[in-house]
Amino acid sequence: MKKQNTFIVSLAVLVAVIAAFWLLLAAPAHTGNQINMTRGVSSLAETHYELHMIILWVCVVIGILVFTAMFTSIVLHRKSRGHEAAQFSHSTKAEIAWTVIPVLILVGMAIPGTSALVQMESPGGAEMTVKITGYQWKWRYEYVDDDIAFMSSLAPESNAARQLGSGVDPRAVENYLLDVDNPLVLPVGRKIKFLITADDVIHAWWVPAFGWKRDAVPGYINEGWVEINEPGTYRGQCAELCGMDHGFMPIVVEALPEDEYDAWVSRQQSGSNTGAGAGN
Amino acid sequence: MSTIASDGTDLGHDTHDAHDDHDHKPEGFLDRWVFTTNHKDIGTLYLVFALLMFFIGGAMAMVIRAELFMPGMQLVRPDFFNQMTTMHALIMVFGAVMPAWVGFANWMIPLQVGAPDMALPRMNNFSFWILPFAFTMLLSTLFMDSGGPAAGWTLYPPLSLQTGSSFAFVVFAVHMMGISSIMGAINIIATIFNMRAPGMTLLRMPLFVWTWLITAFLLIAAMPVLAGAVTMLLTDHFFGTSFFNAAGGGDPVMFQHIFWFFGHPEVYIMILPAFGVVSEILPTFSRKPLFGYAAMVYATASIAFLSFIVWAHHMFTVGMPLEGELFFMYATMLIAVPTGVKVFNWVSTMWKGSMTFETPMLFAIGFVVLFTIGGLSGLMLAITAADLQYHDTYFVVAHFHYVLVPGAVFTLMAGAYYWLPKWTGNMYSERWGKIHFWCSAIFVNVLFFPQHYLGLAGMPRRIPDYSPQFADFNMWSSIGGFAFGASQLIFVGVIIHCVWFSKKKATAQVWEGAKGLEWTVPSPAPHHTFTKPPVVDDTMVAHADEAH
Ligand code: HEM
Ligand SMILES: [Cu+2]
Ligand SMILES: [Cu+2]
Repeated sequence: MKKQNTFIVSLAVLVAVIAAFWLLLAAPAHTGNQINMTRGVSSLAETHYELHMIILWVCVVIGILVFTAMFTSIVLHRKSRGHEAAQFSHSTKAEIAWTVIPVLILVGMAIPGTSALVQMESPGGAEMTVKITGYQWKWRYEYVDDDIAFMSSLAPESNAARQLGSGVDPRAVENYLLDVDNPLVLPVGRKIKFLITADDVIHAWWVPAFGWKRDAVPGYINEGWVEINEPGTYRGQCAELCGMDHGFMPIVVEALPEDEYDAWVSRQQSGSNTGAGAGN
Repeated sequence: MSTIASDGTDLGHDTHDAHDDHDHKPEGFLDRWVFTTNHKDIGTLYLVFALLMFFIGGAMAMVIRAELFMPGMQLVRPDFFNQMTTMHALIMVFGAVMPAWVGFANWMIPLQVGAPDMALPRMNNFSFWILPFAFTMLLSTLFMDSGGPAAGWTLYPPLSLQTGSSFAFVVFAVHMMGISSIMGAINIIATIFNMRAPGMTLLRMPLFVWTWLITAFLLIAAMPVLAGAVTMLLTDHFFGTSFFNAAGGGDPVMFQHIFWFFGHPEVYIMILPAFGVVSEILPTFSRKPLFGYAAMVYATASIAFLSFIVWAHHMFTVGMPLEGELFFMYATMLIAVPTGVKVFNWVSTMWKGSMTFETPMLFAIGFVVLFTIGGLSGLMLAITAADLQYHDTYFVVAHFHYVLVPGAVFTLMAGAYYWLPKWTGNMYSERWGKIHFWCSAIFVNVLFFPQHYLGLAGMPRRIPDYSPQFADFNMWSSIGGFAFGASQLIFVGVIIHCVWFSKKKATAQVWEGAKGLEWTVPSPAPHHTFTKPPVVDDTMVAHADEAH
């Protein structure tokens, strides 16, 4: 009778806890806002997304178990229901179990975690190299093999709108704060290596669709790589506090099919090398 | 009332009085508060100071949330916004949470180990009185021409070196806070090792004493490292050295290693005493001994040890070699094991208890639930490859606010409600305490949970303006923030009522299930307690026999 009571209550609590998790983790998506990490457009991004979902699920399951146990106890073991306190204060078996089982779960998480990291740290075999330099508060892109280089800063419309008291509604500005004058143009389907550094303070170059960010540190050259799967425009932002206008140095990548990209390169080389975006 | 105090508790020279004027409190205001060497008065000073800092730091958070209420720049300039985020963090970490814990330590450790006072009472006075000067100096930078620090609480160079001449004041303020913390830590260690009453063996100590003992060692190990780091910033800024200047042969990344060697232990400095408080409150209101006392002590010690070998998990994007990233990932994941043990032990303490839900218990339960959420997001951040996405986004902001606000701050409140009757001799208003809890618990989630979504969707941290795609959740978060901030005014009201207006007197025991030496002295605890050491036996400790 007592046992049954515990069982029914814990089942009810389990349902309530799962409902609460759903409310927190799934329901907000119905507001039409993005609430989860992007799957991105590169194999690294895909890997990191999947890794994120694995560890998220592990955490969700652990959370559900812990909270179910706890709230079952809160429902049943109250003085107001006349529950008398047991006086046990340890259980070697339980303590071993909840030390060993988490270790096993961690090992299970570390394995995909390790292989994802190995993949990230393998920029070898790249077909082209772009050097990225962070400045307060813009980016410089240098196509190392093609003798093209230009600066990329916040688009003028956004820049006007973001001034204190500008009176411009940000929603009226297309891609507010995520638009630049000269986007970085890249080909789809080629392995691209980035050399990332900075000229003044530390910045971080981040395009979520590529699956990673990397710090741009003065005096250091960091590496990163991407192989983009789909043509499109991908937006990101500086991700390391770099001073006053840290919030205003976005990154825009224009990913073109290979032939269009090659055409863009020759157009750049024939014209002036300074500052010209795609599609002009 | 004083009869309950029984033997052991010396109530001063005339055994019969627990009331103020026969208590040998110093008379004048200066003697009582400025020159005090009494652990209880110094504890009160620390707590009042910390509360004041909570509201100053909180006001800055309100500025931040107001600017982020909707896209576009409406209220402040970007550089002032950065000063707000930087100052908010410095004030909350060094001015609010840390001094609040030292305040609890001052009040409770002597009472819990049966000591008449702290081991080094004059140093105790000094370590408190440094703080108002340190924070006056820190806050004054906001009014200087070059403005306050704006490079984040992490003070990364080269950016932090772009701060104007006010930077020197920031560095000296940090030095003073560090000195204060180290002195406090030495005092606590000396008290715990030398002043325990006969029979108060190490493994009979309440967990709050244990966790503070370990915290004190963390402080002594970590604060000098911070002092060294900011001193190098100071000389780089003003004396032409190049510790962190790449152009001069220095290394900006080196600063991050040094900072986080301090910084990660620092986060445990803020949370270990919280573990202790929760481990006191849950048994009391479950009327059941703490589950796994020894395991709790060992888990705390291993967390403390591990906290020194995981620092670079804050630097996964800085460009470390693969082997380094793997080491720091594995080490960080390991911390989840002792942390898990703690959570499981707390749940087991409640299991089959006879629970009641007074305000301290509510805050303690709120802590266990919400801290667990923060711990789980910490585990996610530990996975290096995924952190390449999470790092420096609002996901991290959500993580550390879950462990710090419903983590450390909720337990500070739990502890305050738990011991207020002992401190003041009056019961606080249970109804308003509960209203305070429910407002805090609801709004803290409205404030911080949506930040997980924002981070995952790609919003970087430390930005004053954002793309409209992030607008909805920022608005939720801001509304939660204002409501959470307003809810804390209830706390002040409850305290004022309890200290000066409450008619309900507290008994010595206060809580039905409370165990431990502090509950054997009258309420309010007289100015001097345990001038004759009490005799401690197993029935007085809050956990079952020490063998387990
Ligand atoms: C299970 C335990 C925990 C793990 C595995 C963990 C892991 C992490 C990781 C990996 C980061 C870096 C994220 C990034 O910047 O990309 C981080 C940030 C942080 N954590 Fe935790 N954490 C844990 C518990 C705690 C606790 C208990 C506290 C404090 C009470 C805390 C406070 C912080 C803070 C303040 C930061 C951000 C610091 C900053 O960048 O300004 N964490 N945590
Ligand atoms: Cu930046
Ligand atoms: Cu850390």
